Amino acid sequence: MKLTLKIWRQENANAKGAIQTYPIDGIEPDMSFLEMLDVLNEQLINQGDIPVVFDHDCREGICGSCSLQINGEPHGPDRLVTTCQLHMRKFNDGDTIVVEPFRAKAFPVVKDLMIDRSAFDRIQHAGGYISVNTSGNTIDANAIPVNKENADDSFAAATCIGCGACVAACKNASAMLFTSAKVSQYALLPQGQVEASERVLSMVEQMDKEGFGNCTNTGACEVECPKGISLENIARMNREYLSASLKG
Amino acid sequence: MGIISSSIARKVAMALSGLFLVFFLGQHFVINATAVLSPDTFNSWSHFMGNNGLVQGLLQPILIFGVVFHFVMGFILELKNRSSRAVKYASYKGSTNASWASRNMIISGLVILAFLGLHFYDFWIPEMIHKYVESHPEDPTRYYAETVHKFENPVRVGLYVVSFALLAMHLWHGFASSFQSVGFNNKYSVALTRFAKVYAILIPVGFIFIAIYLHLNQLPH
Repeated sequence: MKLTLKIWRQENANAKGAIQTYPIDGIEPDMSFLEMLDVLNEQLINQGDIPVVFDHDCREGICGSCSLQINGEPHGPDRLVTTCQLHMRKFNDGDTIVVEPFRAKAFPVVKDLMIDRSAFDRIQHAGGYISVNTSGNTIDANAIPVNKENADDSFAAATCIGCGACVAACKNASAMLFTSAKVSQYALLPQGQVEASERVLSMVEQMDKEGFGNCTNTGACEVECPKGISLENIARMNREYLSASLKG
Repeated sequence: MGIISSSIARKVAMALSGLFLVFFLGQHFVINATAVLSPDTFNSWSHFMGNNGLVQGLLQPILIFGVVFHFVMGFILELKNRSSRAVKYASYKGSTNASWASRNMIISGLVILAFLGLHFYDFWIPEMIHKYVESHPEDPTRYYAETVHKFENPVRVGLYVVSFALLAMHLWHGFASSFQSVGFNNKYSVALTRFAKVYAILIPVGFIFIAIYLHLNQLPH
């Protein structure tokens, strides 16, 4: 496959970035999108140019490291996949592909396509935990009965890998799908009840402090989420937040 | 950060004020529909709404507050949301994952706001002057003739039609989405969303029908 890549290049967080064009040839349809970028980088290195910086780690869709806004969509045109799981067969020979970092004020660009997503870590730190007594009398989690429906919903929420596609897709750069998944995975389990009120209030407060936008229920996040995290989580977070606020 | 400035509290406030306005719209439509079905009923109901102390002294100020709150909060949230992505995408395919109506509530909202300006100029301000400034003796039979006369001008009818088309789009997203905002997303949501979408189309189309009907059925001068 022969392609034209239009890639966002930015020297550092304070530099002014711009889209640069790179022609590339010899791409196999079975390559992943990141493997295609590896080929480009080898080409750039051989030419004595600086390779394109992008986030990646596991390359099997579970770590949440890879991001990339590809042709106007987070993780590209395919559904329920991360960028590393996106194959070049989803594109046509001769295509022009625009590659940009996920854009949000709360996700500043570090270099080229790499962004700082530590805002998500700080939201997690604000309440994404449970208190367990580890003095030796800890109750085995498997010994605590959990309603099957709640267990399934909690597990589904916990599959969020924190990649930030929800923020990238949202026209408001809102982080409510991510935050609601992290609130829900605990709110649905008996172990999460102790800190339930404190958790949702703290995580939402941190989310707002980070400068993410407000959710307007467009549903773009749910469509673009590589793990299919449901909007039901946002409704649950809203309920949890209202009930925690009313409790005072 | 207090609850007043929290993103979720603002979202819930937008939803609740929106639901209140949706309810008001339905009530307004029912009264307007009597202009087509029975001009005498239209006159008597309009007379009641315009002269009842509870409606004028309590419900009207609440309604005006609801409208002002909804659009002021809408502007505040829009500005906040725009500032949350300082550098825009070179390529952004919003239409692949969200409807036009959901992505452009500010546009449909601004058209509705402009329409409200026209609507107040047409009806509310003359009514206030008629009742409270010029202090005319009340004539319970004047409302139908005055309303029909307003729709004589085809340009005004055209503006009403365009405004209600945008209102339909605003309601298409806003009505159904307000349930999600207040935390209501369960097994009844599919039916509720269906009802909201039907309402979003039927009520504005009904208003458009009434405006065109009155335009075509002018009273002799």
